[in-house]
Amino acid sequence: MSDSGFNSPEMPAKTPANPHGAGRPFWLLAELTYKCPLQCTYCSNPLDLKGSGKELTTDQWISVFEQGRKMGAAQLGFSGGEPLVRQDLEILIREARAMGYYTNLITSGLGMDDRRVADFKAAGLDHIQVSFQASSEELNNRLAGSQKAFQQKLAMAREVKEQGYPMVLNFVIHRDNIDEIDKIIELSIELKADFVELAIAQYYGWAFINREHLLPTKAQLQRAEAITNQYRDKLGGAGPKLIFVTPDYYEERPKACMNGWGNIFLTIAPDGTALPCHSARELPIDFPNVLDHSLEEIWYRSTGFNHFRGYEWMKEPCRSCDEKEKDFGGCRCQAFKLTGDAANADPVCSKSSAHGKILQARYEAESMAAGGAGHSPKLARNTHNQQAALALNERNIIARS
Amino acid sequence: MALMTPEQVPVISSIYRLQWEDSQQSHVLLYPEGMVQLNGSAGEIMVMVDGERSVAEIISALQAKFPEAGDLTDDIVEFLGVAHERQWIQFA
Ligand code: SF4
Ligand code: SF4
Repeated sequence: MSDSGFNSPEMPAKTPANPHGAGRPFWLLAELTYKCPLQCTYCSNPLDLKGSGKELTTDQWISVFEQGRKMGAAQLGFSGGEPLVRQDLEILIREARAMGYYTNLITSGLGMDDRRVADFKAAGLDHIQVSFQASSEELNNRLAGSQKAFQQKLAMAREVKEQGYPMVLNFVIHRDNIDEIDKIIELSIELKADFVELAIAQYYGWAFINREHLLPTKAQLQRAEAITNQYRDKLGGAGPKLIFVTPDYYEERPKACMNGWGNIFLTIAPDGTALPCHSARELPIDFPNVLDHSLEEIWYRSTGFNHFRGYEWMKEPCRSCDEKEKDFGGCRCQAFKLTGDAANADPVCSKSSAHGKILQARYEAESMAAGGAGHSPKLARNTHNQQAALALNERNIIARS
Repeated sequence: MALMTPEQVPVISSIYRLQWEDSQQSHVLLYPEGMVQLNGSAGEIMVMVDGERSVAEIISALQAKFPEAGDLTDDIVEFLGVAHERQWIQFA
């Protein structure tokens, strides 16, 4: 914390000095804690779990929410780690809801019980997203690294619907569960989900070092997409809305990451570090902390947030590319992780000179699915594996792919 | 929307929440992780959708609120049809 203490700006945020013409931070993601009872290998949290124990207090979070709301944020996500670990969650929900946020709880369901679901409802929580690892108990619990996870998730998903919340079910899809996508959709129908996110893992944090174990093969992907489409036809608008998020590793053009850097998304990490996306912590950039600066200062005028706004920072081939307004050159974190320079084109783009690294990853997926040996063991997300994970990350960035 | 009758009572679907957004000077519908921004007349109509008023009552309430505007029936019915199609509202 700075000498001046926790900063809450007095000035009205109507017309902030906005030298880069940034949009409003419509989406505020509050990563309340990195603590989590599960150990997913695709977790996007930072590898350095031990060094990230500091967390904002209740009042500090409330101040962040107030500032964000004044700046035009309308969606607030409570995430983590597992946000249920925070015992003040109910207070945070109540305060945020009173400010007019649409409040989203993004949870694994562990740490929930019917009383908490009811308390959150009374506090004004708008929506709950429950994540599952798979549709079967055995696989789910193996992937989550917990014996009781699946039954708990089922019970909580039922409770969420029972108590009248809109419910999104989130399945992170990867090589080990993609072939049971039909069962996953069936389970979602049975649980009466409103939306189902079938999100192919993206390779950040722990997912990056485990990529060779996670990336599905092209054939798996096409099959899963076809099955999803069959279900869409069959459901014909009834039942859950199925959202299939394709992995950019099988594209020739990158995704318009975060709708542009520092454009609508604002993530606050557990310790108060403000980030343009939840992976940006992995970039070699100093990001500001809400304990030292007002959110307005951070969003509109900090170096971290202005780093990749506009097009000036771009290198070739993006700089002179006529598609740059469509995809902003892709994902900065992916560019950094695969090329060592965050200002390069995202290697997903076939115009990138590093596109071969994506092709290599596809090839690895094929060969491992066919029984080939991998480069490194699959590492569950836990502090015990932290050193091995950090070492692997170094090797991944510099040598392989 | 051939099915809409003057007696029907629309209600905002449970996944949506209607509110005035000061920063955008408009009404918006918020839903899990997203938002629909409504234009002026759409906002006025949605505010009247309270699960109590029927379609006919919504029309007369808006007609009373905007006496200069001429006959609003077609515009309101059309908008409610679109809103129903997009599942923003349901008929109780
Ligand atoms: S991805 Fe798994 S391990 Fe990571 S925070 Fe979510 S539930 Fe916990
Ligand atoms: S070269 Fe850059 S801007 Fe052009 S399509 Fe590829 S990533 Fe996008």
